[in-house]
Amino acid sequence: MSAAVHTQPTAAMAAETARGTRLRLALHAEWTKLRTVSGPAWLLLGVVVLTVAVSAAAVGATHCPQHLTCPVDTTKLSLTGVQFGQAVVAILAVLMVSNEYSSGLMRVTLVAMPGRLTVLAAKALLLAALVLAAGAVAVFGAVLAGHLILPGHGFTAARGFHPVWLSYGPTLRAASGSVLYLTLIALVSLGVSALVRDSAVSIGVALGVLYLFPIVLAFIGNAHWQHRLERWTPTVAGQTIMDTTGLRSLAITPWGGLGVLALWAAAALLGGGLVFRFRDA
Amino acid sequence: MSAQTISPPVPGESLGGGRGGSGFGGLLRAEWTKFRSVRGWLIGMLLAAILTIFLGVFAAGNAQIGCQLNGGPVKTGKACLPYVPHGPGGEVVTDSFAFARQPLTGNGTLTARVTSLTGKHANLTGGRAQVGNGPDLVPGVVSWAKAGIIIKQSTKQGSAYAAVMATGGNGVRMQYNYTGDTAGPAGAVSAAHPRWLRLTRSGNTITGYDSADGTHWTPVGTVVLAGLPSTVQVGLFATSPGYTVTQNSFGGDSNEGGPAQATGVFDHVSLAGGAPGGRWTGAAVGNGGPVGAGPPGPAGAAGAAGTGGEPGSALFTQAGGTYTLTGSGDIAPVTPGDDGIGLPTVTIEQTLVGVFLGLILIVVVAAMFFSTEYRRGLIRTTLAATPRRGAVLAAKAFVIGAVAFVTGLVATAISIAVGLPKLENQGQVLLTAPVLTEVRVIVGTAAMVAVAAVLAVSLGAILRRSAAAITVAVLIVVMPFLLAGLNVLPAGAGDWLLRLTPAAGLAIEQSIPRYGQVSTVTSAVHGYYPISPYAGFGVLCLWAAAALALALVMLRRRDA
Repeated sequence: MSAAVHTQPTAAMAAETARGTRLRLALHAEWTKLRTVSGPAWLLLGVVVLTVAVSAAAVGATHCPQHLTCPVDTTKLSLTGVQFGQAVVAILAVLMVSNEYSSGLMRVTLVAMPGRLTVLAAKALLLAALVLAAGAVAVFGAVLAGHLILPGHGFTAARGFHPVWLSYGPTLRAASGSVLYLTLIALVSLGVSALVRDSAVSIGVALGVLYLFPIVLAFIGNAHWQHRLERWTPTVAGQTIMDTTGLRSLAITPWGGLGVLALWAAAALLGGGLVFRFRDA
Repeated sequence: MSAQTISPPVPGESLGGGRGGSGFGGLLRAEWTKFRSVRGWLIGMLLAAILTIFLGVFAAGNAQIGCQLNGGPVKTGKACLPYVPHGPGGEVVTDSFAFARQPLTGNGTLTARVTSLTGKHANLTGGRAQVGNGPDLVPGVVSWAKAGIIIKQSTKQGSAYAAVMATGGNGVRMQYNYTGDTAGPAGAVSAAHPRWLRLTRSGNTITGYDSADGTHWTPVGTVVLAGLPSTVQVGLFATSPGYTVTQNSFGGDSNEGGPAQATGVFDHVSLAGGAPGGRWTGAAVGNGGPVGAGPPGPAGAAGAAGTGGEPGSALFTQAGGTYTLTGSGDIAPVTPGDDGIGLPTVTIEQTLVGVFLGLILIVVVAAMFFSTEYRRGLIRTTLAATPRRGAVLAAKAFVIGAVAFVTGLVATAISIAVGLPKLENQGQVLLTAPVLTEVRVIVGTAAMVAVAAVLAVSLGAILRRSAAAITVAVLIVVMPFLLAGLNVLPAGAGDWLLRLTPAAGLAIEQSIPRYGQVSTVTSAVHGYYPISPYAGFGVLCLWAAAALALALVMLRRRDA
């Protein structure tokens, strides 16, 4: 904690600027906490490496032989790594809150900054900024892998496959949307860990949210329930942002799906914020 | 953590002793006390069981399909199910073929020469095939297309049989009672290389022979068909399973399929021991006529010979001593993801989808079981009381494994008991399994959960951080299934993930074996794993053993 945080606000400090200043100070404090331990940096690196490596492996393992039609969404395939990267994003988000509880640092933080919502807002803003940056690098790497590898594996423009590159509108939408997707996953996980506090339980809940719904969906034959799950579960709906083919058969539009995930993130942050605000640390 | 475990040993009492007894027993008791005295962990295990059951039963109750036959009203659930034959072993089978038959009473020998096996199948090069659209068929024989001779209990679908046959791409085979398959000489049939086939009945024993010239006969196999009646149906048959192209595939999406038919040409047909003047009668068993011939008559086998279907394809024609049969379908077990009966199939393990949720919860508790000792500093007390670190690790692994096993056993048994009746009402064909297989699925799944818990507790000891241990455990146990099964990765890569990662342990849930004589797509979601149940379980055990060993090394080397 920097000493600046502890200075008493003078009476001259105007009330309307106080809020902004507090948020700025809180951001500064959160940034100091993050950059002075090695964990977050490694996790952000992990997001990039895992996403790009899995994407490269997935496109590397995919071929389209000459005589066959391949119903492959090349952009979505290139973004396979996001499935893994999101787990690391979830860890990063969960640890931002739960580590403070497990080490007792949270009590220090709240003594220094009694405005609890400001603390959570600062955490959310900083986390979003970091994941946006790391996610942009990771997704760019994944798209680059698809761009470089897929044409050599039979997915050429001559055979009707769209280019996997940012100059192609839907790919640009899928790629930028995937960065937002990772950011929203981070915010969902942050809200969960503010609710749950314990790191193990938080990560369990976050991973369940990430991976359970797609599995359940695969086993449910009832069309109504399938439709509901595709429309309203955070990961299934959110991942429609990666689709660039067969958009008509989707249960929800890509941006609509990302919007559903944003609703989940908002709900998680709201729930987490309320509990964080009114519960003893 | 209870005070009992962390209280220092009373002077005069041996280390690790106390009421729990000395040695490993006392250690087990200490670890069990630690586990049961943390309310959150007990709740976690209880939740794991409840949610596993809830999710499994919910999915089973919502696997319903709708159907609409011939423009009639839309029906759902059981009303969609046509008659599904079961074989002598109780398994669901497909039993459709073109049959030129006559009765045989008592013992006898049927001989025939196959001079040609050709076929036609749906044209899949220009996009999806239109099922039942006759003129779309192009020449080509499917590898498991069959033409041969058969001795069958009756014309009823699912009745016992033994047959010896030429196949499109798998040489001569002797098959019996749907699941049995013995390979004979390889090689395709042609006018230049005809195959002579012979079946001899002697009581309940049937022996199949193969010959290249009709004089030198080689036995292919001998089978005993229990309870074969005195009068059986014998004759020539031809059939062909559907044509499928498995592309460098993404789950089910690119497994294109379409109908196919096989035409077998026979001569030198003779039946020793048959009724004098017996005539061969052509008929379809099941939907076994040429593609597009329409459903069979009410008797299930009374489809009129030589009518309907693709132009130029009669079910049965006879010209002099030459017999030509054209049929479609298969005589084989129905397997998950197989189009043999043209209906969606479900397996008993599809009531176990909740296991994924239970697994995540149990992994969370297991990882915490070790890692929280580091967070609270309890590990120093534990190791002061029991300096043998290997024993501590073993006791923890044993306790969490046992708790996970019991939780898993209760959850899977109830899921299957409650879920199966629901699945049967969903309008999908339930692929039943023998009782012993059901027991293996239930106990095996519980054991799989237990070993995953041991893996997670070891990861907790290695990584010391709950979050990291849980994430690694979930990523390596659950994630490969997601990637391989759900259209994310190409099939080849996905198969290797399910063979090599701890997710291979999920294969213990597979209730329907993989039959070599059925071309089928490997899809984990359909209950098909690319590794055998016990081998997959072994892979998971190896991972757990490796993690335990690494945890032991790290525990011994590192300061607590």
